[in-house]
Amino acid sequence: MLALSDYLVLSALLFSIGMAGIFLNRKNAIVLLMSIELILLAVNFNFIAFSHFLGDIHGQVFVFFILTVAAAESAIGLAILVVLFRNRDTINVGDLDSMKG
Amino acid sequence: MIEKVIFYVFAAILLAAAVFVITARNPVHSALSLVLAFFTSAALWLLAEAEFLGIALVLVYVGAVMVLFLFVVMMLDINAAVLREGFARYLPLGALVGVVMVLQMLLVLGSGEVDLAGLGSEAAAGATGNNVRLIGSMLYTVYVYPFELAAIVLLLAIIAAIMLTHRRRGGTKHQNISAQVRTRKEDRLRTVNLPSERRNDS
Repeated sequence: MLALSDYLVLSALLFSIGMAGIFLNRKNAIVLLMSIELILLAVNFNFIAFSHFLGDIHGQVFVFFILTVAAAESAIGLAILVVLFRNRDTINVGDLDSMKG
Repeated sequence: MIEKVIFYVFAAILLAAAVFVITARNPVHSALSLVLAFFTSAALWLLAEAEFLGIALVLVYVGAVMVLFLFVVMMLDINAAVLREGFARYLPLGALVGVVMVLQMLLVLGSGEVDLAGLGSEAAAGATGNNVRLIGSMLYTVYVYPFELAAIVLLLAIIAAIMLTHRRRGGTKHQNISAQVRTRKEDRLRTVNLPSERRNDS
């Protein structure tokens, strides 16, 4: 029988992999977006697991909304990336220093 | 028992795919392995009796978002070598942060302070019935305004993506409709006063 902690540990591992991905690929904006997708997936795992083990459907509805927002986010993020590449000929995050941040 | 075996096999595939996403040399390989990760999670969600969301994850993520990712990765001419510099330098830090976070979460989960077993069991979840019908009845009654807001968010995403990537090239001809509508008679019509001439054919 599966336990709730199985899902939670899996989701914690997935979240940490996504977080480490942000550290490792600091230059590559596309892989950064993919790492964010991994983190969101881990969060969704938690919602699904709690929804399943508490017998409560609200968690799944929440996952539905998270999926919607994440899809919008990645669409706009990729559009920004395309514009960026068109203007600067690079997607290297280190080169984006025109705002002197 | 078989459920547990399936869970652990799929969890291993999912974690391996996730690690490959962040370590792959080629962004195309990263995207493809993210597809595998999403697909495996969909299977795990099916195992957790979230059938609608499992199918939605495959349709929306594998079918649309990841194809978009692949499009962009292949469209941009990326120099992977430049983008990977600093990978080895940040590897210890990234691994450290990841391990510390996992340890923290495991500490909380395994401390016994959180009563996970009492929080609910598979038996409590047994009587959920038709998953799609349940989600639909929640979505169109309790969550109807958030649902419409989600539709607006998607519409905004469409408009934003088009506005960002649309560009006007010089040299193409197109209609400027507002200028056409705004035009007045004085802009187009010039009345000239010509003196009439006598016909001289007689």
